[in-house]
Amino acid sequence: MSSHEIMDSEYTGSRVEQSNQKAAEMANTEYKHGWTTDIDSDTFAPGLNEDVIRALSAKKEEPEWMLEWRLKAYKQWLTMEEPHWLNGDYPKVDYQDVSYYSAPSKKAKYESMDEVPPELLETFEKLGIPLDERKQLAGVAVDAVFDSVSVATTHQDILGKQGIIFCSFSEAVQNHPDLVKQYLSTVVPTNDNFYAALNSAVFTDGSFAFIPKGVKCPMDLSTYFRINQAQTGQFERTLIIAEEGASVNYLEGCTAPQRDENQLHAAVVEIVALDNATVNYSTVQNWYAGDEEGVGGIYNFVTKRGKCQGVNSRISWTQVETGSAITWKYPSCLLIGDNSVGEFYSVAVSNKRQLADTGTKMIHIGKNTKSTVISKTISAGRGQNSYRGLIQVMPKAAHSRSYTQCDSLLIGDQCGAHTFPTIEVKNTTSNVEHEASTSKISEDQLFYCQQRGMSTDDAVSTIINGYCKEVFDHLPMEFAVEASNLLGITLEGSVG
Amino acid sequence: MLHVNNFHVNVEDTEILRGLDLTVNAGEVHAIMGPNGSGKSTLAQALAGHDAYEVTDGTATFLDNDLTEMPPEERARLGLFLAFQYPVEIPGISNAYFLQSSLNEVRKSHGLDELDALEFQELLAQKMELVNVPMHFADRNVNEGFSGGEKKRNEILQMAVMEPKLAILDETDSGLDIDALRIVSEGINNLRDPERAFVLVTHYQRLLDYVKPDFVHVLYQGRIVKSGGPELALELEEKGYDWIREMNPA
Repeated sequence: MSSHEIMDSEYTGSRVEQSNQKAAEMANTEYKHGWTTDIDSDTFAPGLNEDVIRALSAKKEEPEWMLEWRLKAYKQWLTMEEPHWLNGDYPKVDYQDVSYYSAPSKKAKYESMDEVPPELLETFEKLGIPLDERKQLAGVAVDAVFDSVSVATTHQDILGKQGIIFCSFSEAVQNHPDLVKQYLSTVVPTNDNFYAALNSAVFTDGSFAFIPKGVKCPMDLSTYFRINQAQTGQFERTLIIAEEGASVNYLEGCTAPQRDENQLHAAVVEIVALDNATVNYSTVQNWYAGDEEGVGGIYNFVTKRGKCQGVNSRISWTQVETGSAITWKYPSCLLIGDNSVGEFYSVAVSNKRQLADTGTKMIHIGKNTKSTVISKTISAGRGQNSYRGLIQVMPKAAHSRSYTQCDSLLIGDQCGAHTFPTIEVKNTTSNVEHEASTSKISEDQLFYCQQRGMSTDDAVSTIINGYCKEVFDHLPMEFAVEASNLLGITLEGSVG
Repeated sequence: MLHVNNFHVNVEDTEILRGLDLTVNAGEVHAIMGPNGSGKSTLAQALAGHDAYEVTDGTATFLDNDLTEMPPEERARLGLFLAFQYPVEIPGISNAYFLQSSLNEVRKSHGLDELDALEFQELLAQKMELVNVPMHFADRNVNEGFSGGEKKRNEILQMAVMEPKLAILDETDSGLDIDALRIVSEGINNLRDPERAFVLVTHYQRLLDYVKPDFVHVLYQGRIVKSGGPELALELEEKGYDWIREMNPA
């Protein structure tokens, strides 16, 4: 069926279908991004083997070196086993039952905005991300990724004038192969872990950002990931390079339709910061979390790592994790350059049957390196939250400092919060601190807010927002507002 | 405005209030006095709707609305305010934000427009002047790191912003030194209004030197055993609560 026919059928669409959709919407009002886009897609049959990878690479018209790199990663993946340190169980993922490529329409990429089908523009507009030239968000450049491909990247001209490259990963492979070759998998090796290897073999698109020497990026760069197609996995790859003295704020958002089966999202993000460079990476993750009984939802198995390669460089991760059935994610920093700084600010919410196993690794290698870890978890319903962290101070990382604060908040008596911190210090001049607390929302706090006129839900959301403030303060304003609203929605009705 | 009849309240299955009667009209100031354990705070909490306080018998109406089954936020929206004996800390939330959200919830329930940050800031500045609290109260987190006296003054500020019809002050004078007591009392006096009633729950007479009540009630063993004018407070101060105990043998 062509997309034209689909649009027609929408107008004459049967009432039954519409009312079904309405009922589904009403049954689960709290997840507002659960709708799907009706669009003709070019989707591979489920399954994974060398031919699939070759076909995928051909579809993207990749150069030979890229294909070789993928095949090498695939061979490594075949020898690896799914990791199982996650504090929880889930049915075994059948990797042959996943489709590894899905693109809207037959076209693998769009040369200009005019070629982008209107349904896609509408999809992103509905998500609050207008791509249309006239409506684009000022002050932020967006790379919009739909299933396996990047749909459009806004504001490229303005950025280009300062030598900043911000485009889809596929475009970078075509247009900036030397930069890609120089940095790809230098932070996360293809055989780093099971999911990183899988991603390397089959990743379809993602974002590429390069900020040249001395340039402070004049606007925030942002990638928005949308999974649409059923039974597909999303495997995107992001590579951010900040040269000497460069700085950039990078934002990442994501949503997915509500489906009964679990979908796999296995991304890799690599960041390289050279001397005196700064990269702030913020994520508001809102993949579909599954229902009350744990049916459906995204498996969010992600590898994110930054390399503070240069002196005085700084990489800061800020994440708000509200979605996904399972989150398995540890944004980390390799502090190689002397005086480099790594930061991790995290809010992770698990409600219903969600499992969040997240934290960070700070590896101190250079002298006078510094790391700060602030982790706030909120568990409600039957959610389980685990903080898993590694602070490692190597012998040569003299006079390094690290501070970790892990706070857990419990709502109700069927959820759980766990911390698994590991600290290894291999010199005598460094200082590592770890603090942890567990608390509940007190009846007295709730009553106090209610006595001032707030409903129970508003009271909970106010108290939670206060609890998360240290993390929200590190988000750009508009993201902080979104994150705060999202927490309210996610935890609605969790206190009876 | 407030009519409480034969009010019985249990806390964890122990009966604390045992048939209390109280009527408060607009513009009046009532002082509720009594020895420790007589049920003063229970009365305050039960009227505000804390769910640990179970009403087992009797009635309580506020502006002709039955309070007994009403959630606490609805009582607040009707204009019932409780100044807490032990104000609660809410880390990470500024006083200004907290009060703006609270006031807007109340405004919304009355079909009024919500105040934006700028409009609210202006209102807050006026109220801070009215009850004489320093500007830094606005940006500090709700009661976090406040001294005992500051917490009580913050309750008075909240009362000023919320502009309740009935304000119940639960031992607002306890733990205040003489200067703080004077400032808090001035704050209360500045909020006196023919349309507004106050119920001052207090253990000591000294607050009443500053805030002159129209009525004084003595609460003992869950009932009001004696009512009178301001002179009753002075008599109590002089004779002590033993006087009441002797009059009401257990």
